[in-house]
Amino acid sequence: MTVPLRVRALLIAGAAALLLVAFSHDRFWLQFLGKAMITCIFAMSLDLLVGVTGLVSLAHASFFGIAAYLLAGLSNRFGFVNPLLTLPLCLAGAALLALAIGWLSLRASGVYFIMVTLAFTQMLHYFFNDAPGFGGSDGLYVNQRPQIGPLDFSNRTASYLAIWTALVLVYLFLSRILRAPFGHVLAGIRGNEQRMLSLGYPIGRYKLVAFVLAGSLAGLAGYLDATLYGFVNPAQFSWRQSGVLLMTVLLGGKGTLYGPVLGALLLTFVEHYGEQFTSHYNALIGALIIAVVLFLPGGLAGLLRSARD
Amino acid sequence: MTLSLFALQLLNGVEYGLLLFLVASGLTLVFGILGVLNFAHGSFYMLGAYLAYWFAERTGSLLLAMLIGLPLMVLLGLFVERFAIARLYARDHLSQVLLTYGLVLLFNELQRSLFGNEVHGVATPPLLAFRIPLGDQAWPAYRVLTAFACLAVAAAMRQVILRTRFGMRVRAGASNAEMVEALGIDVRRIFSSLFAAGAALAALAGMLAAPLTTVYPGMGEDILIVSFVVVVIGGIGSIKGAFIGALLVGLSDTFGKVLLPGFSSAIVYALMAAVLVFRPRGLLGQPA
Repeated sequence: MTVPLRVRALLIAGAAALLLVAFSHDRFWLQFLGKAMITCIFAMSLDLLVGVTGLVSLAHASFFGIAAYLLAGLSNRFGFVNPLLTLPLCLAGAALLALAIGWLSLRASGVYFIMVTLAFTQMLHYFFNDAPGFGGSDGLYVNQRPQIGPLDFSNRTASYLAIWTALVLVYLFLSRILRAPFGHVLAGIRGNEQRMLSLGYPIGRYKLVAFVLAGSLAGLAGYLDATLYGFVNPAQFSWRQSGVLLMTVLLGGKGTLYGPVLGALLLTFVEHYGEQFTSHYNALIGALIIAVVLFLPGGLAGLLRSARD
Repeated sequence: MTLSLFALQLLNGVEYGLLLFLVASGLTLVFGILGVLNFAHGSFYMLGAYLAYWFAERTGSLLLAMLIGLPLMVLLGLFVERFAIARLYARDHLSQVLLTYGLVLLFNELQRSLFGNEVHGVATPPLLAFRIPLGDQAWPAYRVLTAFACLAVAAAMRQVILRTRFGMRVRAGASNAEMVEALGIDVRRIFSSLFAAGAALAALAGMLAAPLTTVYPGMGEDILIVSFVVVVIGGIGSIKGAFIGALLVGLSDTFGKVLLPGFSSAIVYALMAAVLVFRPRGLLGQPA
């Protein structure tokens, strides 16, 4: 995957601008853009499955949600506040769940895979909504945000800087992976599974590793989300969350990494201002999804590319 | 559990399974033949239930409400096929999922604007508002009627697909649409009538279920996901598989609620997981 030079310049300028916002100390923008950057991480992690490997997964909300609930549990039940402890534990939880769901779902392929991943997500949604001790549909507060030395997540600027760092690291990590042989195998699986199989690649294992990796990064997004807002709720497991995220990836341009980042930023703005502008906000999103599928299948990244030619 | 309670749960499970079959069969037919995974299928169920509620409220008769509502849903099905689904035949799964997901959001908004967000009860038709004694239990007559109505629809569907010219063309179109077209048959028309029939089946299930489950926002999503489980268990594209899957899910959900309250929804998913482990393409699915 090569990133066009003008896109690279745009990304660096964007990252620098987002970094500058950290010093504005403006409550609204720190939270708003913090959320937008978390969605970027979340969308990029799904892009590894949807855009790169060609696996349309609707289970991604599960890994986001499980990490968020784990943080709430670790903080409320055990009083763990050290992120060096809670972050690895939450990511491990997300990875384990991804391993279980991935192992089962990847036995199916094509539309089966889509339906199965949706069904498991919904199961977790019902579980966290109904099981006692998880706060029901209201969810849970994270009583104490993670804190270590000068890095205190209840400080908005510090938490914003941590999210920014995570975003940059995840982007660099994923683009490194896509250039590595591993990424090429995944792209090969998307292109032609049978060919990769006959070339001797254990494609099942590759897909599972990609699924677990993407699930862990979704967990990172969920962890950051719980630290930013300080509360978690079962809606994070909803199929709405998975569906809108899938749309974010397509809107931005699947398989490009920077596309989903653009999609996530754009959609966060649409979401925020759309809600103020109309009470029929869901119809707006629905119409937007349909329009993108019909008229802009390459997404924003496709627009950027064709503008160059 | 007493014998009569067991019998009652068995009947309830079968009745729920048959309702599920009406929804899941449309889903699996549309996928098997049109090749489109339709997330908006649950919305047809939801809209059917809301139409039943709205017209029953105004005409005072659930039967009349169904007779008005079903043609409306057929029209809606034709409209949706013509303007949305027909554009998906050559597209990948991601586009299908997203476009039909966009439709779900639009239909939810339509429901919210037309009928509001309240939960509505629908009265059981007075003629059927009695119970059939069953040992020390009693089975509501309306559930009996629902079960038989579903069975009748299932039998009619079987006859249409196996014994009529239309059914023959549907089966031919499923195995090789281009060939059927070359023989001078308008495949597009078969596809659109099939899609409309699927929408009507789902709506009928919603109408029948309205007095049993009440009518509420989000009922479409709930039934859609259970139908997915049914289809995964039965094998996609297989009507017989959908029938077996629907009965299995209906029974395990009903008995789960009695035997393991609190975990009833998990049982259905555990069933799905077990099928995935041992038969990844479903009980009656074709091997890849």
